[in-house]
Amino acid sequence: MSTTPMAAEPTEARIERRSVWHFMRRMLRTQPLGVAGGLIVLLMVLMAIFADVVAPYDPTANSFQHMSEPPSWQFLLGTDQFGRDIFSRIVYGARTALLVGFVASFVGCFIGLVLGVGSAYFGGYVDLIFQRFLDIFMSFPIIILALAMVAIFGTGLDKVILAITIPIIPRCARVVRSSALAIREMPYVDAARSIGYSHSRIILRHMIPNVTAPFLIMLTAFMGQAILLEASLSYLGLGVQEPIAAWGLMLQGGASEYAESAPWIAVFPGLAITLAVFGFNLFGDAVRDTLDPRLRSQ
Amino acid sequence: MYTYLVKRLLMVIPTLFGAAVLVFFLMRLIPGDICELKLAGSGAFFDQRSLDICRAELGLDDSALLQFGQWVGGWFVGDLGTSMWTGKPIGEEIALRFQVSLQIAVMATLFSIVLSIPMGVLSAVYRNTWIDYVVRSLSIAGIAMPSFWLGILIILGILLTTQAWTGSPWMPPIHYVPIWVNPAENLAMLIWPALATGYRYSAVATRMTRSAMLDVLREDYVRTARSKGVMERVIVNRHALKNAMLPVITVIGIEFAFLMGGLVVTEQVFNLNGIGKLFVGAVGQSDYTMVQALVMLVAFIFVMTNLLVDLLYAWLDPRIRYS
Repeated sequence: MSTTPMAAEPTEARIERRSVWHFMRRMLRTQPLGVAGGLIVLLMVLMAIFADVVAPYDPTANSFQHMSEPPSWQFLLGTDQFGRDIFSRIVYGARTALLVGFVASFVGCFIGLVLGVGSAYFGGYVDLIFQRFLDIFMSFPIIILALAMVAIFGTGLDKVILAITIPIIPRCARVVRSSALAIREMPYVDAARSIGYSHSRIILRHMIPNVTAPFLIMLTAFMGQAILLEASLSYLGLGVQEPIAAWGLMLQGGASEYAESAPWIAVFPGLAITLAVFGFNLFGDAVRDTLDPRLRSQ
Repeated sequence: MYTYLVKRLLMVIPTLFGAAVLVFFLMRLIPGDICELKLAGSGAFFDQRSLDICRAELGLDDSALLQFGQWVGGWFVGDLGTSMWTGKPIGEEIALRFQVSLQIAVMATLFSIVLSIPMGVLSAVYRNTWIDYVVRSLSIAGIAMPSFWLGILIILGILLTTQAWTGSPWMPPIHYVPIWVNPAENLAMLIWPALATGYRYSAVATRMTRSAMLDVLREDYVRTARSKGVMERVIVNRHALKNAMLPVITVIGIEFAFLMGGLVVTEQVFNLNGIGKLFVGAVGQSDYTMVQALVMLVAFIFVMTNLLVDLLYAWLDPRIRYS
């Protein structure tokens, strides 16, 4: 491309293009696993967006002529005990999983970000009381808190997202707060305060942009976890409800009952969960290594 | 040290009390109460009077504060309340199942220690060789794989291999027998869920062992030991491993607390009548006295395990002194 003797390109554009290319090459060299994870994530996202095109069948259509059929050219991954195409259900299941994963981790981490920075900024009693409040929320394992939330809100897609978001908030707030405490002592925050900027302006314009790194680390780390949690809740019958296609739900009931006669019902949805979480975790690890210089060499 | 211990114990009390307030009042937000559910579930017609009777029986017509006071007061005399669904004392229901869950938890922990420490050490010592890559892939897969799916795969594996070897499929026993009554049958039943839970657990611990070992192997005293000609085996076992154990113990301790959560799913797969299954059932039936008691039980175990891990840490590492 560069051999064509074109009119002189603006230098910035050339540097820009080179640096993007350079950046990608560097990523591939330093974070091969992260790039692999990113590709898996991308594949899942595309599968979710174009589910209508990718899936050969309607994921909810029962067919009594094709119950528990093994994988074949007609049904790539076989059919379940109701004659529904497993491949189509996995493709549509990606929608559910990613929706829950993205929304729960983004909303949870964003609320955590604001609360964590606010707590660090105001300090003193506000911080102390708020931290004790977080202690309370963090005295339950994530899945227990999520199940308690399901007991309150009930089941269904929107409620599952809510039940997963709530346990994420305190964990993000804790991590973001510890970074924000250091930012609070920076001279530019003092300067902003001395000019008389409002609290909200200092928090939003001066502190939040400087804790983007821990925020992104937590965000990517929680995406995989949120997907895993949704699958677990749906598997327990306390998450997404039929007939919506969800990976955890596909493993419920039929899967272990028919394990011997129709193992594909149990194998493929679990593989989809594992692959998605695996991709998000690899990607998250790479994001952490790139953004956190202290961990870089490990 | 003792002042620290007392301080930490005193901090546990407001946390647990806060958790109790949170759980109790959140549970009161559940729309539609259990009496309506119970009466509607029976299929029979019911009127306001039978609703009132049911509510009075369960003490739901008292003020929320009074109910909360009775609930918290009950713990101090060992009364966890009664299940709203079965009407049985919750303490009894938990005691019946606690043994099963505890045994799986302990077995899973042992399994993960036995597996993770050697794997982590190998992975660190042979860093960036195929051994390292295999161990790392196994541990990343262990974190990504849902334990209920692993459970299903284990069941499937047992069925298929026994079918192939003996001609008829073998399934683990269904009825629980305490280990001191019949150890063989007990283990034949509980070893599988322990493996399914322990694998994920070991994955986390393996990663921690690896990175802790890598840190320690870079220390000056390891270099000194090498330069004076100490055998590599001795360096790894005596100098490095001992110092790398601290973060690993922390992770194992913290994960033990999380294990309580993992059991919720595993017990469902293997159809074991443990605490986890009780919890899922209670959530499904909106049995909120049961849910709140179990959530508090888990919170108590969780907070106490974290405290113990902190204390263990100080005890093991003379450099850490809490004051």
